[in-house]
Amino acid sequence: MAWLDRSARSIFLWDLVVGFYVGLRYFFAPKKTVNFPFERGPLSPRFRGEHALRRYPSGEERCIACKLCEAVCPAQCIIIEAEPRDDGSRRTTRYDIDMTKCIYCGLCEEACPVDAIVEGPNIDFSTETREELYYDKTRLLANGDRWEVELAKNLELDAPYR
Amino acid sequence: MTKLIIDGHEIDADPSLTLLQACELAGAEIPRFCYHERLSIAGNCRMCLVEWVGSPKPQASCALQVRDIPPNRDGTPAKINTKSPVARRAREGVMEFLLINHPLDCPICDQGGECDLQDQAMAYGRAAFTRYREFKRAVEDKYMGPLVKTSMNRCIHCTRCIRFATEVAGVPDLGATGRGEDMEITTYLQQAIASELSGNVIDLCPVGALLSKPYSFTARSWELRKTESIDVMDAMGCNIRVDSRGREVMRILPRVNEAINEEWLGDKSRFIWDGLRRQRLDQPYIRQNGRLERATWNQALGLAAGKLKATPADQIAAIAGDLAAAEEIKALKDLMRGLGVRHLDCRQDGAKIARSPRQGYLFNSGFAGVEAADVLLLIGTNPRREAPVLNARIRKTWLYGNLRVGNIGMPPDLTYPYQQLGEGAGLLEQIASGDHAFARVLKDAKRPMLIVGQGALARSDGAAILAQAAQIASQTGMIGPPGSLAEGGWNGFNVLHTAAARVGALDLDFLPESGGRDVAGILNGAASGEIDLVYLLGADELDMSRFGRAFVIYQGSHGDAGASRADIVLPGAAYTEKSGLYVNSEGRVQLAERASFPPGDAREDWAVLRALSGALGQALPYNDLESLRSAIIADAPHFAQRGSLPVSPGADPAVWEKIGTPGKIDPDLPLKSAIDDYYLTNAIARASTTMAECSRMFVNPGRMAAE
Repeated sequence: MAWLDRSARSIFLWDLVVGFYVGLRYFFAPKKTVNFPFERGPLSPRFRGEHALRRYPSGEERCIACKLCEAVCPAQCIIIEAEPRDDGSRRTTRYDIDMTKCIYCGLCEEACPVDAIVEGPNIDFSTETREELYYDKTRLLANGDRWEVELAKNLELDAPYR
Repeated sequence: MTKLIIDGHEIDADPSLTLLQACELAGAEIPRFCYHERLSIAGNCRMCLVEWVGSPKPQASCALQVRDIPPNRDGTPAKINTKSPVARRAREGVMEFLLINHPLDCPICDQGGECDLQDQAMAYGRAAFTRYREFKRAVEDKYMGPLVKTSMNRCIHCTRCIRFATEVAGVPDLGATGRGEDMEITTYLQQAIASELSGNVIDLCPVGALLSKPYSFTARSWELRKTESIDVMDAMGCNIRVDSRGREVMRILPRVNEAINEEWLGDKSRFIWDGLRRQRLDQPYIRQNGRLERATWNQALGLAAGKLKATPADQIAAIAGDLAAAEEIKALKDLMRGLGVRHLDCRQDGAKIARSPRQGYLFNSGFAGVEAADVLLLIGTNPRREAPVLNARIRKTWLYGNLRVGNIGMPPDLTYPYQQLGEGAGLLEQIASGDHAFARVLKDAKRPMLIVGQGALARSDGAAILAQAAQIASQTGMIGPPGSLAEGGWNGFNVLHTAAARVGALDLDFLPESGGRDVAGILNGAASGEIDLVYLLGADELDMSRFGRAFVIYQGSHGDAGASRADIVLPGAAYTEKSGLYVNSEGRVQLAERASFPPGDAREDWAVLRALSGALGQALPYNDLESLRSAIIADAPHFAQRGSLPVSPGADPAVWEKIGTPGKIDPDLPLKSAIDDYYLTNAIARASTTMAECSRMFVNPGRMAAE
């Protein structure tokens, strides 16, 4: 009787009916899509987005030019130059990240002994030219200042697992 | 010989060795901080503890001599374990003690990445738990001069620096005050370490307590490219390692070479590198209307070739400078000989060393030969300024042997006692004729030697002094049997040079041809208008005002005296930027590798000369370094034997009578060293701010007080 069943389904366009039913079901179901960029999904505190250089609450920059991030970077996109600052402390004179080379692996963040370089939650940093993606120290420090609240929160949330 | 069983291997050790050395012979690696093979034994870090089976406590292997280890009661050899749990636990305990007060600041410490404590903490640190609850000790940083930066919190009191300063450098400037936790390494009155070897304490320090001040915070050890090279600041040919990042030389460190510099390096050689960045000639220049204007290579070479062609060969002269490698000396010689030029000279200081067999101008004993000598006569030289590492070796021989030193010349501070014979050169005649008491001392000595400095040779009677010194050498038995020192040979006649290029240039015969003028003759000729064109190959130590109206072509790396007088400037490479052969005072040929590239349009010097020869239409017959070096070897076959010391051929009267020219010596004119200011002897040093600061501090302290 299999042939009778098959012919009846094809005569009454049963597949089409099933197809319309699925469409209709999802038409009335609650929506999963978000209205990006006005709405956003949740991000893990470990999310590895745009880089930032952080400061201490006193305003002193954290980075001490130990160059561990430069050494660990597998894409070799970090360039650091350093010299003694006027007060004799060890600081960078240049901290460049080539964001077009970066693979966002987060090893720099992991290597940093003072939590200076971090990858924050920001993902909206697309640019019109490549040159704008060659970040320098001022840009990274500005990122840090802008995102400090979120960065500190993320580090705090992730601290138990580090 | 004493039998020992070290880690299960039976070895037969010399009783005079320490247990640490015996363990290394057996292939065991012993961690250490205070022990250093070139310093006396202190035994205070306790890191080298090993287990001596049967002994109640672990033993500090650096301070225990093999002869003090008796065999076991049953006659079997003593058992030493270096890897047993007892030894390991003991070392872990020592490491824990060391780290109690050592700050955890590796990320900001310049020693990070090449630190003995860091490395050994990886092996013996107890990572599983920590008992550090108390505050760490804090020590004030000490001032040690413009070269050594201190961070005394990190000090682990190994006392290597103190032992180096008192034993090797011979300056009692460093010491320790207090005891136990209050012990501090200090310069007592916060003064600079007044030694030409002070930079070596940076290498000796096993932690980051003593660091290089000019290098501080600029680079990490792992990002540097290491190139093996040869130092050109003096004529010792010290083996160095040039650490560079990108195009810049970041620091210079010594390499171990037992025959030359052991593992020390003078401060000028070590801290010269900031001079390699300043005052550089990076483009050809042509003088127009009294000013040097930028030009292209084609313009500069075209003008130089035109001038060389237009000037009669008899009115052209060439002078090779003190830092030139053998390659460019050979290229310049071939170029000038091709033009028929006879006025060639490499002796900028006017040293009266003529064409002679090599023994006549070499340091024949070899630097290591100093250790075999028992009497040393210094003639017009201050080895502390002219070759500080050699001076350390003389001091070492005096300290551990019974070397007797006599000095003729202005009395210098050599860091070891010597017998001041007098200042005038007339003494040489008295010693040669046997009238002087020191002649007896030399005759009675087993291996006497003398060192003639450039200060004695760069006088108008220099040739006579050289002849007289050779006379003394052959009269007092300094010229021993032929052969190397190991074969029992001995040659105690030594000339100590101050210019790294000098011996190479003399070997390649860069001297005036018959009827040619020497440097003084060239200067006089230029002043009187008989010399119209002078080619300076990095020659900056001349009185540039005496060139008169002559047309000067200067080829070199730094904008110093030569370039500011020049009419055409051809930019060349400094010694770290070219692969070159250098011959040191001993006559040892060594290869310096290229560490970085010359700045801007500057090129390697031999290539500049090759291009100039092309512009002249008389292309030199070599297009690459290989064929140039073959040509050098064809001229002087010993250039093929790199790194080996020439073997003394023994006392051949035909040779020794030819050295120097007998003549009248001005007996009252005092002999003095060729170098007044150790820190500023060449164009690179004069461009260096570090050297300028050292010079201000150590050589002219009065001037600093006045400022």
